[in-house]
Amino acid sequence: MTTLKDIPIGSSARVLRVRGEGALQRRILDMGITKGCLVKVRKAAPLGDPIEIKVRGYQLSLRKADAALIEVQ
Amino acid sequence: MTPTPLNTPLKIALVGNPNSGKTTLFNALTGSAQHVGNWPGVTVEKKEGRVRTDGREAAIIDLPGVYSLAPYTSEEVVTRDYLIIEEPDVIINIIDATNIERNLYLSTQLLDMGIPQVIALNMTDIMRKRGDEVDVAALSAELGCPIVEISALRHAGLEQLLQQAFAAADEGIPPFFNRKFSSRVEDALSKIAKIIYGAVPPEHLRWYTIKFFERDARIWAGAALDGEHRQLSDYEAHRALLARIEGIVAGCEAQLDDTAPSIITGESYDFVERVVARTVRRTVEERSGSEKIDAVVTSRILGLPIFAVLIFAIYYVSVTLIGGVVTNFMNHTFIAHWIQAPLASVLTRGGAALWLRGLIVDGIIGGVGAVISFIPQMIVLFLLLALLEDCGYMSRIAFLLDRVFRRFGLSGRSFIPLLISTGCGVPAIMSARTIDEESERRMTILTATFMPCSAKLPLIALIAGVVFGGVWWVAPSAYFLGIASVVLSGLILKKLKRFKSKVSPFVLELPAYHWPTARNVGLSVWDRISSFVKKAFTIILLLSIVVWFLSRFGFEAGSFGMVSSLDHSLVARIGDLFAWVFMPLGFGNWKAAIASLLGLTAKEQIVSVIGILTSAPAGGHGAGAPTVLALFGGQKLAGYAFMAFNLLCIPCVVAVSTMISEMRSRSWALFTLAYQLGWSYAVALMIYQFGMLAVTGRISAGTVAAVVVLAGVLFALLRPTARRGRKDVDDKITPGVFLS
Repeated sequence: MTTLKDIPIGSSARVLRVRGEGALQRRILDMGITKGCLVKVRKAAPLGDPIEIKVRGYQLSLRKADAALIEVQ
Repeated sequence: MTPTPLNTPLKIALVGNPNSGKTTLFNALTGSAQHVGNWPGVTVEKKEGRVRTDGREAAIIDLPGVYSLAPYTSEEVVTRDYLIIEEPDVIINIIDATNIERNLYLSTQLLDMGIPQVIALNMTDIMRKRGDEVDVAALSAELGCPIVEISALRHAGLEQLLQQAFAAADEGIPPFFNRKFSSRVEDALSKIAKIIYGAVPPEHLRWYTIKFFERDARIWAGAALDGEHRQLSDYEAHRALLARIEGIVAGCEAQLDDTAPSIITGESYDFVERVVARTVRRTVEERSGSEKIDAVVTSRILGLPIFAVLIFAIYYVSVTLIGGVVTNFMNHTFIAHWIQAPLASVLTRGGAALWLRGLIVDGIIGGVGAVISFIPQMIVLFLLLALLEDCGYMSRIAFLLDRVFRRFGLSGRSFIPLLISTGCGVPAIMSARTIDEESERRMTILTATFMPCSAKLPLIALIAGVVFGGVWWVAPSAYFLGIASVVLSGLILKKLKRFKSKVSPFVLELPAYHWPTARNVGLSVWDRISSFVKKAFTIILLLSIVVWFLSRFGFEAGSFGMVSSLDHSLVARIGDLFAWVFMPLGFGNWKAAIASLLGLTAKEQIVSVIGILTSAPAGGHGAGAPTVLALFGGQKLAGYAFMAFNLLCIPCVVAVSTMISEMRSRSWALFTLAYQLGWSYAVALMIYQFGMLAVTGRISAGTVAAVVVLAGVLFALLRPTARRGRKDVDDKITPGVFLS
């Protein structure tokens, strides 16, 4: 199963599901990463983590561990 | 809701996303009439100000910026509790037009609340400049809520916004917001609404229904509402009804193969997408201006070097350039020559008693002055940091450094507090507020004061210069000790269950860059400086008097009074009481003990106390070396242990009081103090005892103790991590929303 963590820099993917429970899941959903939305991976920080994505027209930074909760296709 | 009579002041709640221009709007609306106050009993600051239009006045409450009304961050809890419990007359919902989807998502939740509302559509000018267009009338119709276009920055549209807000409050009619979820969800919601109908305020019914569906823990527990005592039999019926709601939610989740929060957020965003598609015309997205800047500023190659140069420049200008020159001037010229000396001669000529002169000149002015002299340096530091903050670079720093800091239980956002801490621990602890992951925030507060602040510099100078005769490695080693303590403590503490209480992801918005505004930067500097000054004239003032009294009075020749020798002062008696504690660290005499104790009032005190007690020039070179060295029994090693202990120990009272209020918990504050004390003692013990072992080759009881401590530290470092406890909210049900 592919997660956002596996998407190469510069590529886009569509969100299938956000895993996790409680605050973990909700915080990601609240930022607009919901089922069906398109997410573009812009870059990784100089040390490789976190990553920067573009979602719903704005820039967001996520740790890879949290990106692994986001299933995409 | 009944219309508010004209003579009672209206309450306007200002709600919006972080970075939506909310603070700018608040500052613009309240103008110079704003009064900023910490509200007692709440965890996150909200600010209240006054607004006036058409001869009417209203209170406007600036609630913390939130992305959602989920109950997971302290900002979210404060905002929604205010809206539900305090019942403002009207909400001004500020929306950043350049980031409209995410801002409208919060709006869907606010509109569900059933509180009169006006939307302030901010930054449409920037949006239009990008070539986008929004049909405001159509958007207003879709949301069932009046919309006023504003520019908070340019103060445009504010008058109209206030008029609309007053009108909405007078009418008291909530927005006609008629969005529908998918039929399966609506079906479940209507069943839940039937159950809770009558148990919740009718105007908030829709909001409560959705929150019950989401299994919102605070709503289920009734924590957000006043509890009422009911009969036990009622209570059981209540639980049975909750079980029925659970059944409805679980059924819907099974049908849609998704969790309830995911269903609600997903469908809310879908709704927003549809509304935006109908009302906003967006040009084909290419790279925004911010992304072009970030292509350089956070790039793989240049990101870290640019960051390093910026930070070096800020630190150099504020601490070295301004700090070195101006703080010295403030201390020695402004306070000593311009205030203390003339005041002393005036008091003498006026015939004031010796003790009164001493109290005022040395005690009060000396004590408060030591703190006040740091103000110019702090203003410059805060100014530069506020510029970085306002333009949007701070979140880029967190992005660049998160990877490094996470290893030590900290966050990328911990960098700023640690940096500020090399200047002063007080603003450092306050700036940790920006870290929203609770355990990382607390870890930052706990470790920040390990960094040598500018008040500890005189001590470092004294030990390096006088005790060690200017050896090059002593001063840098003080910084190394600080950094090592942050890193090691982070590694040790992050394994504790205490630091695992809450799990929340690191999601960090990288807001669009914009030019900082003078007004926002100025207010931010003023905000921080004024609280610093307030403390100088309260706690510091009080303690200065106490310390002065204790060191000047005591028992001499059988009677109590002012003493001629410090050895007879109360302070010496007190020092003798606990000097033995420092025996294993090599400085078990009352003078060193009392210097450490008085260092808790302000770290500069350590050197000035040593100066008085050994008549060595404070921070000077050579002259007083033998007497200062005598303080440590002639052992340089003991002097080093003394420095290490005082650098790492509990910070000064101002920092401690800030720490206590920012920890927001007594148990955390006590834990922090105990840890800082224990850590500094352990480090100083190991330095002294292992140093002695290397020098003398003899094993003593102290050596054994140091070995035990070392073993303990190594164990704490290497032991496996405690399991994650994941319990966010107490699941005890208190009958607040009572279903019967």
